[in-house]
Amino acid sequence: MKAVLALQDGTVLHGIGFGAKTERVGELVFNTSMTGYEEALTDPSYAGQILLMTYPLIGNYGTNGNDKESDKIHVSGFVVRQISPDHEHRQADNSLNSFLGQQGIPCISGIDTRFLVRNIRDKGVMPAAISVSNNEIDVKNLLSKIADFDYSAVDFVSKVTTSTPKVFGKGKKVALIDFGVKMGIVRELVKRNCEVHILPSYSTSEDVKAIEPDGILLSNGPGNPAILTQAHKTIRELADKPMFGICLGHQLLAHAFGGSTYKLKFGHRGSNHGVHDLIKNRISITTQNHGFAVDKIPEKFELTHINVNDKSVEGMKGDNIFSVQYHPEASPGPHDSTYLFDEFVKMM
Amino acid sequence: MLVNSNPATIQTDRDIADRIYIEPLTLGILEKIIEKEKPDALLATVGGQTGLNLSMELFRNGILEKYNIKFLGTDAASIEIAESREHFNRLMEKIGIPILPGKVVKDFKTAKEFAESIGYPVIVRPSFTLGGSGGGTAYDEKELEKILDLAVRLSATQETLIEKSVLGWGEFEYEVVRDSAGNTQIICNMENIDPMGIHTGESIVVAPSQTLSDVDHQSLRNASLKIVNAIGIKGSCNVQLAMNQQTGEYVVIEVNPRLSRSSSLASKATGYPIARVATKIALGKTLHEIKNAITDTSAAFEPSLDYVVLKIPRWPFDKFPKTSRQIGTQMKSTGEVMAIGRTFQEALNKAIRSLEIKIPQFNPDEHLKNATDLRIFAIMESFRNERSVDLIHEITKINRWFLHRIEDMIKLEKKIAENELSQELLLTAKRAGFSDAQIALLKHTNELKIRNLRKSFGIVPTYKIVDSCAGEFEALTPYYYSVYEDENEAEPLKGKKIVVIGAGPIRIGQGIEFDYCCSHAAFALRDLGYKSIMINNNPETVSTDFDSSDRLYFEPLTFEDVMNIIENENPDGVIVQLGGQTSINLAHHLSEAGANIIGTSTDGIDIAEDRNRFSKLMRELSLPQPENGTALNEEEALEIASRISYPVVVRPSYVIAGRAMEIVRNESELRRYITEAVDVSERKPVLIDRYIDNAIECEVDAVTDGTNVFIGGIMEHIEPAGVHSGDANIVLPSLRLSDVEKEMIVDYTKKIAEGIGAVGLLNIQYVVKDGIVYILEANPRASRTVPFVSKAIGIPMTKLAVKAMLGEKISSTPPKHNHYAVKSIVFPFLKLMGTDIKLGPEMRSTGETMGIGKTFEMAYYKALLAAGITIESEKPAAFLSFRDEDKKHVPELTELLKKLRFRIYGTLGTVGSVEGAIAIPKIGRGHPDAVELIESGTINLVVNSPTQGGHAHTDGFKIRRASIQKGIPCITTINTAFEFLKALEKTEELEVRTVEEWAK
Repeated sequence: MKAVLALQDGTVLHGIGFGAKTERVGELVFNTSMTGYEEALTDPSYAGQILLMTYPLIGNYGTNGNDKESDKIHVSGFVVRQISPDHEHRQADNSLNSFLGQQGIPCISGIDTRFLVRNIRDKGVMPAAISVSNNEIDVKNLLSKIADFDYSAVDFVSKVTTSTPKVFGKGKKVALIDFGVKMGIVRELVKRNCEVHILPSYSTSEDVKAIEPDGILLSNGPGNPAILTQAHKTIRELADKPMFGICLGHQLLAHAFGGSTYKLKFGHRGSNHGVHDLIKNRISITTQNHGFAVDKIPEKFELTHINVNDKSVEGMKGDNIFSVQYHPEASPGPHDSTYLFDEFVKMM
Repeated sequence: MLVNSNPATIQTDRDIADRIYIEPLTLGILEKIIEKEKPDALLATVGGQTGLNLSMELFRNGILEKYNIKFLGTDAASIEIAESREHFNRLMEKIGIPILPGKVVKDFKTAKEFAESIGYPVIVRPSFTLGGSGGGTAYDEKELEKILDLAVRLSATQETLIEKSVLGWGEFEYEVVRDSAGNTQIICNMENIDPMGIHTGESIVVAPSQTLSDVDHQSLRNASLKIVNAIGIKGSCNVQLAMNQQTGEYVVIEVNPRLSRSSSLASKATGYPIARVATKIALGKTLHEIKNAITDTSAAFEPSLDYVVLKIPRWPFDKFPKTSRQIGTQMKSTGEVMAIGRTFQEALNKAIRSLEIKIPQFNPDEHLKNATDLRIFAIMESFRNERSVDLIHEITKINRWFLHRIEDMIKLEKKIAENELSQELLLTAKRAGFSDAQIALLKHTNELKIRNLRKSFGIVPTYKIVDSCAGEFEALTPYYYSVYEDENEAEPLKGKKIVVIGAGPIRIGQGIEFDYCCSHAAFALRDLGYKSIMINNNPETVSTDFDSSDRLYFEPLTFEDVMNIIENENPDGVIVQLGGQTSINLAHHLSEAGANIIGTSTDGIDIAEDRNRFSKLMRELSLPQPENGTALNEEEALEIASRISYPVVVRPSYVIAGRAMEIVRNESELRRYITEAVDVSERKPVLIDRYIDNAIECEVDAVTDGTNVFIGGIMEHIEPAGVHSGDANIVLPSLRLSDVEKEMIVDYTKKIAEGIGAVGLLNIQYVVKDGIVYILEANPRASRTVPFVSKAIGIPMTKLAVKAMLGEKISSTPPKHNHYAVKSIVFPFLKLMGTDIKLGPEMRSTGETMGIGKTFEMAYYKALLAAGITIESEKPAAFLSFRDEDKKHVPELTELLKKLRFRIYGTLGTVGSVEGAIAIPKIGRGHPDAVELIESGTINLVVNSPTQGGHAHTDGFKIRRASIQKGIPCITTINTAFEFLKALEKTEELEVRTVEEWAK
């Protein structure tokens, strides 16, 4: 199969197509994790994005369903240097190639992915389109589709949040507002004896209070935190409850209490990011997946964590509230920060 | 302050530390240095297992406490836990990390009982040894007894572990760094393609792991961090784990609480300078306070790779044809190569051609189950014979994913052979790492034709940066590898620039000395205002540190790979004379392709290498050479030998480091040599030289600018002529040469330099007898003695040579000698069971030591001491067994032994007439025989001068083998024995000084 990847800056790469024969537009982003492609593909935070894996050999251990972070693949397209033609793993029940095909995801391989990474690094993330077909692909047409795409203006959360409340586990009641939650977060809470109520992103503070939660968890999710004004309001109205924000949840907390966010040039996506805990004076290696970051933390909040490289905000703390920009639930990535769930449970 | 007895390393350069001691690494010597210097702290974890063991000895003997010396970084308590099986296992149980069922034993009975309780096979591992020396897998009681016996003796603590075998499980390594605040991170994870049962140093290793899911990877990562935290590492640590990939169950195998061969590989594989960071941690820095020198970001992160790295060990079996090629739990390899690609096949093909080996004729079925160095080739051959992945997996237990990749490669090979070479197919082949030469072989054409076709299609390599972060941050480092993709990140360097071609993997005959020279060239170029471009494929060396040169290309050293770089960079010159045979062999090809070789021209190299041209030059210069001839068949060989009279030195014409070279003393030995050792033919003639008996062999390392010749030194071999110069003990300045002879040597050296047209380094070997100086050979390139001479005279000869090659004039003022320096050698024999240790014209050593003293005896004794030769006994005893022509030395030698209060044992023929000596029966003809005496520890020194041939069934062979296994000195030449004993007389006066103090 043929495949074309076209970028807003006019870059056009011809490669080998796999997955589904279709065409999709999205923001082209790269992830530097060397393992965990199944988790990444099914992470709702990637909605609206074409995901490029910097590690060149992908699919080696197939897919297995256990490692899924949600019930489906959320990326718009997938870009790799080489997709493994076969796989080998005791748990594998499907090849990555057919998993992507079944879920209708257009994918491209055989191209210089490192060139794309360097391009994005220099120019910033940008809209791109991917097309997979048996026939010649109309590149001009593909480029024209990119023009209309504005990632930051789209509300992806409403597309990925749960439509009906769901409950997992037994114990302390946690209201988890689902902006695109990874199952890893739910698993960590259930493991710590919590009864997790997953609520739609558009829930009001009354909806949340109705379940009488012991604590509130603001989940990760895709897109621009600034446009989710309904969520800002809900969060503000729940300030008296113990609250823990993760990734988008952390950014929404900032907005809710008077802080602000900005778009990073090319985001942080990978499982090797060093974070400095300013309170404990310790370093954790963390999983990250975010294109926006907090630049101004709300008044009365304390800066607790920073990124060791760009010094961006990685965590903050208010009264009975704390949040981190990274992913303590890992999946994929290091488990170094799971202790944050312990702290959340202790607060409740 | 740095102490090391190895001259061939950058470590012992004068500018690397404030004070450099080139002294033997023994407890006694170290205490003397400590007493003299009163250091505040000790860094135990950067000097390999040797440094670690010595540090622990200093600690255990109370020397550190006595002088109030602290450990920097990982301390004694942590090392103790990591290195002692018992402590380690107890800790693992406490923190809940699974280990293999195992038991520490000191005797056979306990071992046997335990082995029976867990069932055979069992793994035997001695504690505290280098590279798993003396370990092995025992399949039954008899094997257990044999392996255990050796293991207990080798273990520094007499402890040996008996462990359940997990043959066939996947083997993984995690390189971890931890700072004193407890921040811990992984630098690299690596997967052994050869599953458990083969030492990781003997395995083909890939980085990062290829077959682990994130869940698997995180479980091993968590275990590694937990272990390193529990041990309390402050620096770097290597954790080895085994995983049953059918169940996900894992166990920790062992940890190395220090910098190791694996950490060096991990550094080169990721670009993350582990040693640098570990040392900063030892000095008290925390990870986020340290910069990642590659990207100028924080060192607190885990490197991400966007390529595949493959390591293949380099084994010396080509040099030891009598040794079993089987590989297992002991280290037999001498070095390794690393290759980088964007696909697995690309890395594999590049690594294979980096090995510089010829694959012999072999039956693949004999190399699959019992792994040998040829297993990877046997797998390929099996796929060529259409064997299935499942079958090969069944036999080898190698993960199917790797087997599928190799099978893909063989399928592509077939496609190339059977189809027209279109642009698309050729690009596919290049992306899978196929070399032009490989493709040419498949298409029955020559490499240049494929090269031209490829270039006509516009298929040329692009170069990518190893940046530790998969491109996420801009890299400041110039560390590249080739791939066939779109973007070339290696814009040609600006300014005057010179390419230095490296020496490839460490092997016998081509040790670290050449890498030393290449690194020095890079430093010198920088000093002289040139940019340096290094090409090499050895992850263990300084030349492949990203900051040694202005640019590093981590690439195979073949014509294609090197020429591609030259075409990308268009350098002002290319230096080929420093990387041993590897680089010199490329000279002609590169020159023909348009590269500007600086230094001695390719014609000059040719004169030195072509026997006929060289002999002609010697005749023109009226310089004497030993009589010689070239034979194309057995008859001619016999005729030439009888004309120039026995003994003669014979060797094949394509000789590298004395490969297959022998001294033969009569017709029957010559016949045997011709039929057994070499395959003589018109295309492979045999060279025959008169062997000059009882002569002094010496050699000169010189630098010339084309006019002036600087003689670094006239080195004298302590052994009689005929021992390969790489294996000889060498002294500088010479002892026995007269002033007239020395003047002749200087004069000849100048004449030969001019005759060859040499520019740069030049090594000439001479034999002196009865006032005549014969020329053996001249090598217009770096020799393995260059670092030794440079350190002995305090003048860096490579730097001088680079100057000369760039057209600057050098001074010919001879250096002063204020002390004696002796070079001794280290052999890999212990690991190579079944190999004889006698010295001859074929080189067998892998390393060297240097001893310095005001007298020759002192320098010699120190060099031997550094090489591990020492007599540690209140009641020493020697065993003597000489060949007939040496027996005339018996009275004098035994006299000397008696003076040193040695009891004397020997064969009847050797010591029969010596008063007070005990004659021992032939092996097997009575008890105790020599081997039993050696094994029981009665004998402390063996002097055995062997007859030629080296069959494994001779008594001499068994005696030499037994002494090596027992770890007692075994001296095989009479001269060495005399010098050793003379030196032994003076051991009381051992004096330690820094290199600079000696030079005063």
